Amino acid sequence: MSDYNFAYLDEQTKRMIRRAILKGLAIPGYQVPFASREMPMPYGWGTGGVQVSAAVLTPDDTFKVIDQGADDTTNAVSIRRFFQKTANVAVTEATADATVIQTRHRIPEEHLRAGQILVYQVPIPEPLRFLEPSEVETRKMHALEEYGLMHVKLYEDISQHGAIATAYAYPVKVEGRYVMDPSPIPKFDNPKLNMAAIQLFGAGREQRIYALPPFTEVISLDFDDYPFEPTKADHACDLCGAEDSYLDELIVDDAGGRMFMCSDTDYCTSRRKAGHIGAQGVPYAEDAA
Amino acid sequence: MISIQNVSKSFTLHNQGAAVIPVMHSASLDVAAGECIALIGASGAGKSTLMRMIYGNYLTASGRILVGDVDVASAAPRQIIALRRTTLGYVSQFLRVVPRVSTLDVVAEPLLVTGTERAAAQDIARGLLARLNIPERLWSLSPTTFSGGEQQRVNIARGFAYPYPALLLDEPTASLDPVNRETVLCMVEEAKARGTAIIGIFHDADARARLCNREVDVTRYTPGLAA
Amino acid sequence: MTPLLQVENIAKFYGPRIGCTDVSFDLYPGEVMGIVGESGSGKSTLLNTLAGHLTPDRGAVRFDTRADGQHDGGLRDTVTMSEPERRMLSRTDWAFVHQHARDGLRMNVSAGGNVGERLMAVNARHYGQIRDTAIDWLGRVEIAADRIDDRPTAFSGGMQQRLQIARNLVTGPRLVFMDEPTGGLDVSVQARLLDLLRGLVREMGLSAIIVTHDLAVVRLLADRLMVMKDGRVVESGLTDQVLDDPQHAYTQLLVSSVLQV
Repeated sequence: MSDYNFAYLDEQTKRMIRRAILKGLAIPGYQVPFASREMPMPYGWGTGGVQVSAAVLTPDDTFKVIDQGADDTTNAVSIRRFFQKTANVAVTEATADATVIQTRHRIPEEHLRAGQILVYQVPIPEPLRFLEPSEVETRKMHALEEYGLMHVKLYEDISQHGAIATAYAYPVKVEGRYVMDPSPIPKFDNPKLNMAAIQLFGAGREQRIYALPPFTEVISLDFDDYPFEPTKADHACDLCGAEDSYLDELIVDDAGGRMFMCSDTDYCTSRRKAGHIGAQGVPYAEDAA
Repeated sequence: MISIQNVSKSFTLHNQGAAVIPVMHSASLDVAAGECIALIGASGAGKSTLMRMIYGNYLTASGRILVGDVDVASAAPRQIIALRRTTLGYVSQFLRVVPRVSTLDVVAEPLLVTGTERAAAQDIARGLLARLNIPERLWSLSPTTFSGGEQQRVNIARGFAYPYPALLLDEPTASLDPVNRETVLCMVEEAKARGTAIIGIFHDADARARLCNREVDVTRYTPGLAA
Repeated sequence: MTPLLQVENIAKFYGPRIGCTDVSFDLYPGEVMGIVGESGSGKSTLLNTLAGHLTPDRGAVRFDTRADGQHDGGLRDTVTMSEPERRMLSRTDWAFVHQHARDGLRMNVSAGGNVGERLMAVNARHYGQIRDTAIDWLGRVEIAADRIDDRPTAFSGGMQQRLQIARNLVTGPRLVFMDEPTGGLDVSVQARLLDLLRGLVREMGLSAIIVTHDLAVVRLLADRLMVMKDGRVVESGLTDQVLDDPQHAYTQLLVSSVLQV
């Protein structure tokens, strides 16, 4: 057992965060201000997600952390160890086994089910921030549902690039009311935002929490003649052969050789375990690092 | 059509020692449809002043000025604007136009603001300009650089473009040669025949004799000059 | 006939100082009202109060919203309207042309985006149509269509001002507020802008309230005129009458002060 209170935060703080979460769930897509605490990691390293996870974890939970889809990056490992130490919860890399999943910038490929909670790390919660720098003004725009400016951004993209150039953090309209930034997930993941699990979004530096209850209507913004397309690299995973997962591209030599592999490591590993092999893949070996 | 009843006016020049200059006292005059009245009197007696008061360009201190059934002396600005558009025309002594507008459009404007199609309005304008001997090459130019006589003829063309029931003419033949003078007099006669009520200032006695049913000497309304 | 705008006893104070007071007038469709006065006369305060940018301390500003089935023609007091309604009004039926184009434009958005924004704000969702409308409007304000993707920072002052006008008029407002629309522009640029404004006001049957210190501008654009001094209206009437036969001492002073060229 640790010297820390369960999951590091004191109970009053957890209650404050839970209230914010409940409010966020009651008003899907609305950014709820909360009193973000000092955490033992700097701003920009997931403090918002960590605070939300700390507030929702119970001793019976099984916790998974992914960073750009991978369980084994430094950040994912650090956060997982943090909660092992302060909450002593079970941890896993298997999406299907987790009850709380904290993620940085990806939604797992495997469909989440009722009873699971997905916690997103959010850098800039305000979708309008880069168009309208004034916080006072953007709050008014949300309050009055004045979202013309959001479409101006998309218009500018098309006029400059011939298509809507936003590839990640693609703005969405929630339940026909609030425009929301789904955090820097690739736009390929946007259709997954309508899911059976609860989704919570935490921004520690900006001190905002927002949420999507299960099966909330989430529509990616677009124009009638330039509809939204959840695109990905036109390849299959070279390790497991998956054609429907979001891929990372890896340069493997200085002759321009490259390989594409699933960004979601657990998904890829599961497929390989089940016998799928991609173009450059090898049969799954139990002790592969 | 036009009825001036007991109209008076004075100017108060606040910034010049508050000098008060009375210019008109108890003027009365009636003009029926198809009548042409000439205002006469020495320079400064108040002929142009009275005309401007009828048009609403000068305020009337007391009395009534009825044009049709609108009392210009007490009407709201938008009533006078409407009156000037469809009822009362004014050919002033000097052409005052918006710069950079072509002569053709200057003349067509009274028709355009009353809803005539652009093409038709410009046709009528061309007819009038031709009749008044304005060369075609000048029609697309702004009249601001024309000679005095040419400007006067453009002014007249504009004044006669729309068939107003009442017309005010301030020295319409002043800068004109005999040929054009004759044209303008004919145009006034045609307007008269149409039933237009006309008040005019003509320094030319022959024109007055030819066009006007009677003459009104404004001197009798000028304070200090009345006999 | 119902007035388009009915202003009743508007007053705005800054503590003990009078911004403007005792202002009342009716404006009808198609009328252009000029408000002249020197610095400190209260004309800009009045304009901003009428346009809803400032809250008056007294009075009403009733606008004919043409709500169906109302006998008074749909006159609603914009001062007591809710903020969402007033903001919607200022994006659709009303327009405001600022003296400095950068106050009325998004400088980091292309010309096309600037013009299209008001359309997108009222749910236009077809890129092609929005772009076509923007090109059409740029043409009407005499900006070449190939500038549609340029930012306003690349435009001259006169062009920025014309872009501001296009941006405001694209949703077909019925009432336009203009604050010194030609202020700070070169004379020839001013002239071109005034011609454009005159043409558009006539073509679109707009009503407008124009604040300026330049009497020549009101002579050209306005049917009616109000002269302000020290926060009050000292004279009002037809433009040509107020300028040719000024009654109030201050108006006489203004008119006699104008330099002839």
